Amino acid sequence: MKKTKQLIAALSLLLSGIGSAQADYTLNLMKGVTRISNEVYDMHMIALWICVAVGVVVFGTMFYSIYYHRKSMGHEAEQFHENTTVEIIWTIIPTIILVVMAIPATKAMIDMDDTSEAEMTIKVTGWQWKWEYEYLDEDIHFFSSLDEESNRARQIGSGIDPTSVPHYLLNVDNPVVIPVHTKIRFLFTAADVIHAWWVPDLGWKKDTVPGFINESWTEVDVPGTYRGQCAELCGQDHGFMPIVVIAMEKADYAVWVEEQKALALAEQSAAQKEWSKEELIAKGETVYANNCASCHMADGAGMAGVFPAISGSPIVIGDIDAQVDLMMKGQGMMPAFGQMLSPVDFASVTTFIRNGLGNAVGDSIQPSVIQKQQSTLAAVEDDE
Amino acid sequence: MSAETAEHDDHHDHGPAKGLLRWIITTNHKDIGTLYLVFALVMFFVGGLMALIIRTELFEPGMQFIEPQFFNSMTTMHALVMIFGAVMPGFVGFANWMIPMMIGAPDMALPRMNNMSFWMLVAGFVLLISTLFMEGGAPAAGWTMYPPLVLQTGNALPFAIFSIHLMGISSIMGSINIISTIFNMRAPAMTLMKMPLFVWTWLITAFLLIAIMPVFAGAVTMLLTDRFFDTSFFDAAGGGDPVLYQHIFWFFGHPEVYVLILPTFGIASTIIPVFARKPLFGYASMVYATAAIAFLSFIVWAHHMFLVGMPLAGELYFMYATMVIAVPTAVKIFNWTATMWKGAMTFETPMLFSIAFVVLFTIGGFTGLMMSLAPVDFQYHDTYFIVAHFHYTLVPAAIFMLMAGGYFWLPKWTGNMYDERLGKLHFWLSAISVNILFFPQHFLGLAGMPRRIPDYAVQFTDWNMISSIGAFIYGFSQLLFVYIVYKTIKGTDCEKATDEVWEDASKHGLEWTIASPAPYHTFLTPPEKIPTEHY
Repeated sequence: MKKTKQLIAALSLLLSGIGSAQADYTLNLMKGVTRISNEVYDMHMIALWICVAVGVVVFGTMFYSIYYHRKSMGHEAEQFHENTTVEIIWTIIPTIILVVMAIPATKAMIDMDDTSEAEMTIKVTGWQWKWEYEYLDEDIHFFSSLDEESNRARQIGSGIDPTSVPHYLLNVDNPVVIPVHTKIRFLFTAADVIHAWWVPDLGWKKDTVPGFINESWTEVDVPGTYRGQCAELCGQDHGFMPIVVIAMEKADYAVWVEEQKALALAEQSAAQKEWSKEELIAKGETVYANNCASCHMADGAGMAGVFPAISGSPIVIGDIDAQVDLMMKGQGMMPAFGQMLSPVDFASVTTFIRNGLGNAVGDSIQPSVIQKQQSTLAAVEDDE
Repeated sequence: MSAETAEHDDHHDHGPAKGLLRWIITTNHKDIGTLYLVFALVMFFVGGLMALIIRTELFEPGMQFIEPQFFNSMTTMHALVMIFGAVMPGFVGFANWMIPMMIGAPDMALPRMNNMSFWMLVAGFVLLISTLFMEGGAPAAGWTMYPPLVLQTGNALPFAIFSIHLMGISSIMGSINIISTIFNMRAPAMTLMKMPLFVWTWLITAFLLIAIMPVFAGAVTMLLTDRFFDTSFFDAAGGGDPVLYQHIFWFFGHPEVYVLILPTFGIASTIIPVFARKPLFGYASMVYATAAIAFLSFIVWAHHMFLVGMPLAGELYFMYATMVIAVPTAVKIFNWTATMWKGAMTFETPMLFSIAFVVLFTIGGFTGLMMSLAPVDFQYHDTYFIVAHFHYTLVPAAIFMLMAGGYFWLPKWTGNMYDERLGKLHFWLSAISVNILFFPQHFLGLAGMPRRIPDYAVQFTDWNMISSIGAFIYGFSQLLFVYIVYKTIKGTDCEKATDEVWEDASKHGLEWTIASPAPYHTFLTPPEKIPTEHY
């Protein structure tokens, strides 16, 4: 019933050409919230109106001709087939228009390229399929993935109506927080394949290339929440790795920084604490849903020929150290989770899959053990 | 014995072999042209089916029908099938049929190679399509096949790469054939600057193909060795660079898009003068503009890569060079308009498609110009805005002109007129639905919808629904074309075509001076006089 209604709404929109069933759709580029994004918007509008003007002249001439120079109107064909003056004129006019467009574009390009005198730096790493953020001046570090509600709704046959999910597919668990009126430099790289970091309100996007570092900068004028998505095809969940940037007043930002540091400390002590098997399994279930289910499926059945099943997997029900090692370092399409998950998350999801999803090995592993292995791994990588 | 030989020769001279074998062993340019065109039409529907699967999943937000990985396979295969299976073979089909007839040659210069290049193409596509049924699925990293992502492909990777090699060899052989035909087999009066524009555009296209297909073959071979032989061309950890692939790919890829559009220009330049009853305006400038576009296509490739992190000078250079393309392209549009100006126009189906091409291709050109501005492309890049842009330059341009060429030459090929009423119906259904399909995608891209995503945020719903509705109308109206073609070939209750087919067409091209249907062998002796209206 709802689908029929939507279809009718879409059709009526199609016929009327205006109006909408969904209030917040847009037709045009957004102006955004930075000086650059406004420059880009202005240039877009100039280019658009130039094209419209040229289109009116060219199509106007053509349709005039189509109407008046018809055989059925008794028009006799003239036989001219060249006119040097006209041809020179219509070569020069487009050239002048292009020069007019190139000047502001060059200025904006130079401006966008200038990352000097940034007041802070955030390093962004693209992963399949989440974003890692490191605040290089503050020692803040976290991963940001699609929020749980969107993630549940976007599974085939979830039965959840996407319109009932707030900011469906454009919401994350951990947003990037930045202060307003501050020139921020972003460094971009990737851990596996190429991604692209795009928040339309900032006015640009940038590729994140594994093994290389790209730069960009922004300075947001208006506090608010700005949403974007990965823009470079990066595998099956390319459509499910959104970006949320929250721009705060500088004072609020300072508070947020303190909170993050406190959280990091809490995570440290959680990793040191002794966890019961039940606690680990309970926590592991959520970690699994957020990190593993998109490939290995919510029930652990995997996808034949592409993603191995967790249920009954010889690796999962075999030696725990071998399993941990594989999860740490990754294999093929499986990312190296050792760098991605906190010790608590890593230990709990390991324990969960050994004791859930149809497996019943019975053992568990402590976050403190994982933490030790992670630091050894990091040391080895630094050596390399 | 000698009698037998004589009989064999006799048979060889007068007509095609009987039965299925005729099509397998044929070296006749008309038969091979038909094979290419039938193949292209089949692939058009295979690729179209994939497009409809994509548009069905995108009809509303949420995942309803297919897994994201299969969705990515569909976008990848749709592009590969449409580009290498539908549009390119379609134009090669026209080239085979028409180039010898337009220049007064008896056949292509290298008839056996002609046969081989067609069947290699078929072999390539059998391989490519077979990947759909392989473990790990068909290639899903986009038709551009960027590493490192493409290296995650399952068993399909080497098959896809080998199929590209086969298609490439087939294209190169076809191009060599076209170039040697045009250079060596023209009627004596047919000097280069008197050749029909369709022949000119194909000559330039063939040179483009010979230049770029080896580059593409090299790029995918490097992917192959990176995956299976531990090289690190595109792996930073081994001293390589993933972006290097993109440079190589687009050095092929940008001229490749002109391979798809230059023959389109050629067909439009052939059709419009006939129905305007005027000579083509600015023949020489059309030839020079085509050559200029072809040259420029080699020096603008990195405008596909404004986001990869090029230095400022690189960004600016590729922006300026790309903007320059607008000049020769504008000249072409103006020439077509001036050809119509003060003509005595009639609007048969081929002319309708040609006019729609000029208008809608210009819209695609406008968005292309907007995207050439590097800083603004930082917003447009990899969104539905570019999906709309390149579909405007391919569907209502390349595909429309393939249809136009079909309607234009079908009476010459079959000796029967197609059903004009159905042809016009096909045109109007296509022209309206193609805009319902692609115009809303401009809005989606500007509003922030990235391309190649299987699911989207709810604010993109309306335009996606409209786009999907347009896709279904467009897709199903193409079945009408198949019916019209079938009816024309069969010829029952069709009007018979005259030798000239279109009023005064024999002033415009040699192909209209021979009988309809065109005899199996034409111009066994070169014509002495050539028409004068087309240059």
